Amino acid sequence: MSAELQQLYQQIILEHAKKRNGSPLADPPQGDKSGESHMLNPTCGDEITLRAAVHDDGAGITLSAISWDGQGCSISMASASVLSDLVQGMDREELLKVVDTFRELMRSRGSIEADEEILGDAAALSGVSRYPARVKCAMLAWVALEEALLAAN
Amino acid sequence: MSVVSTPATLKHAAGMIDDAEARRIRNDFPILNQQVNGSPLVYLDSGATSQNPLCVLEAEQEFYEQRNAAVHRGAHMLAVSATDAFENARETVAGFINAGMDEVVWTSNATEAINLVAYAFSNASAGRGGDAASRFVLGPGDELVVTEMEHHANLIPWQELAFRTGATLRYIPVDDAGALRLDEAEQIIGPRTKVVAFTHASNVLGTINPVGTLVRLAREAGAAVVLDACQSVPHMAVDVKALDVDFAAFSGHKMLGPTGIGVLYGKAELLNAMPPFLTGGSMITTVTMEKADYLPSPQRFEAGTQRISQAVALAAAVDYLRETGMDRIHAWEAELGQRLVAGLEAIDGVRVLGPAAGAERIGLAAFDVDGVHAHDVGQFLDDKGIAVRVGHHCAQPLHRRLGLVATTRASTYLYNTTDDVDAFLDAVAGVRPFFGAN
Repeated sequence: MSAELQQLYQQIILEHAKKRNGSPLADPPQGDKSGESHMLNPTCGDEITLRAAVHDDGAGITLSAISWDGQGCSISMASASVLSDLVQGMDREELLKVVDTFRELMRSRGSIEADEEILGDAAALSGVSRYPARVKCAMLAWVALEEALLAAN
Repeated sequence: MSVVSTPATLKHAAGMIDDAEARRIRNDFPILNQQVNGSPLVYLDSGATSQNPLCVLEAEQEFYEQRNAAVHRGAHMLAVSATDAFENARETVAGFINAGMDEVVWTSNATEAINLVAYAFSNASAGRGGDAASRFVLGPGDELVVTEMEHHANLIPWQELAFRTGATLRYIPVDDAGALRLDEAEQIIGPRTKVVAFTHASNVLGTINPVGTLVRLAREAGAAVVLDACQSVPHMAVDVKALDVDFAAFSGHKMLGPTGIGVLYGKAELLNAMPPFLTGGSMITTVTMEKADYLPSPQRFEAGTQRISQAVALAAAVDYLRETGMDRIHAWEAELGQRLVAGLEAIDGVRVLGPAAGAERIGLAAFDVDGVHAHDVGQFLDDKGIAVRVGHHCAQPLHRRLGLVATTRASTYLYNTTDDVDAFLDAVAGVRPFFGAN
């Protein structure tokens, strides 16, 4: 077992892949706007349907609920799970910045150290960046969230 | 003139292939002699693309160093030499499958070969090709028949042809074991059927389909037979005349040749009646500002500058396969295939697609690991230097039929040994424990 593989499949990732926090799909809170996105990774058939609801209290927009259904590899499922934990209740602008931070990490080919303060459990996915073929798996839920937020507007 | 080295196999081509022989063969393939992630490479993805022996690489280099020129035009020495090499390559490939010289059309790959046939039907249906092409005209009420186990390359061109012409696409289903439902085939193939397109050997299940039975049904219906030979021509002796198919398609890169070249076999009488697919230079007789007349096959279907060095290299690959012996290769891979399936079936939580151990299959096996996605299986194996294919293998409808989204596939070739298979099986046994699948 190489150190890289251990780094890719950390225990916390394998646990999230099983727990699937945020799954299954749930109805959005009443009165909040919501949007949905369906994403597919055609090379392997990974699939996710993600629903995001936003609450506007006049002062700002926050993510009031996130839920998803999906099937796929442990990386894609764990990524959706850590994302759900991380962004719940987050300010919309801050959330979009976090998604960019994660995308940058994924595209770094291992050159960036993950910031656990910002990314929480998602920092454990940093090992994916050394495997270009798997970056799409890790990004699937995050791209779906971006699209769902657009749809919620 | 040739500087191509003699493959090791030429000195040993006798008796059955065994591990010692497979190791000698392996030495002819430079790429296989490398470490991946700290382990010797175990290449079990030849069903996707095979590797090239040194003689194939040298043949392509020798062409560029000594013969490179445009073919079928130009009066200079190099042009003649290049044309000879190009047409000799055609003769070699034609001989390999027992076809005539005018029955082998170069294409970019098998996908393009199948599209060429589909578009000939399409163009005939649009009124091109005159009376000669009337037998290719399709319309509402006509039926195209494929099978549920087809690679997308032998499915989507027929779907699109049906959309364009108004014909109906039907398919022969598979049973739970992945075998074609021949009882259904007898009901489906009938007077309305114009094309029966099916794979010779399944790239997922490893089954070898009963070509004779399907050809008989197609003949009774008066339908054309299109054979996807991508997983058969590289791995067993194929005689297109004995099979009596009308068309057959295969790819160079799956049979020790380079990428960028494939072959369409077609009966000369049919090819010469078909309107062309791609049009342009090198495929015409007379051109006016209004219209053009076309050369007979194969030039009719070879518009523009051809894949000359690739054809030359593919011929070198065919020579290598012939010298090694297709029956010996088939027997060795069948042995490896049985070892794969028997070993996989013995691993807890592994389900092999297609025929069970003991039943006929080619040297590949696709499987599902309970509780672990194929992508993760492939990643785990790659960490040990083992290269396999993961995903739907361009056969989504078949996976859906078997209740799966993605599987892992190990596919062998003449250069694989039982050690390769055992290393793979040993690694697969570690997959579920690693991922904590119960």
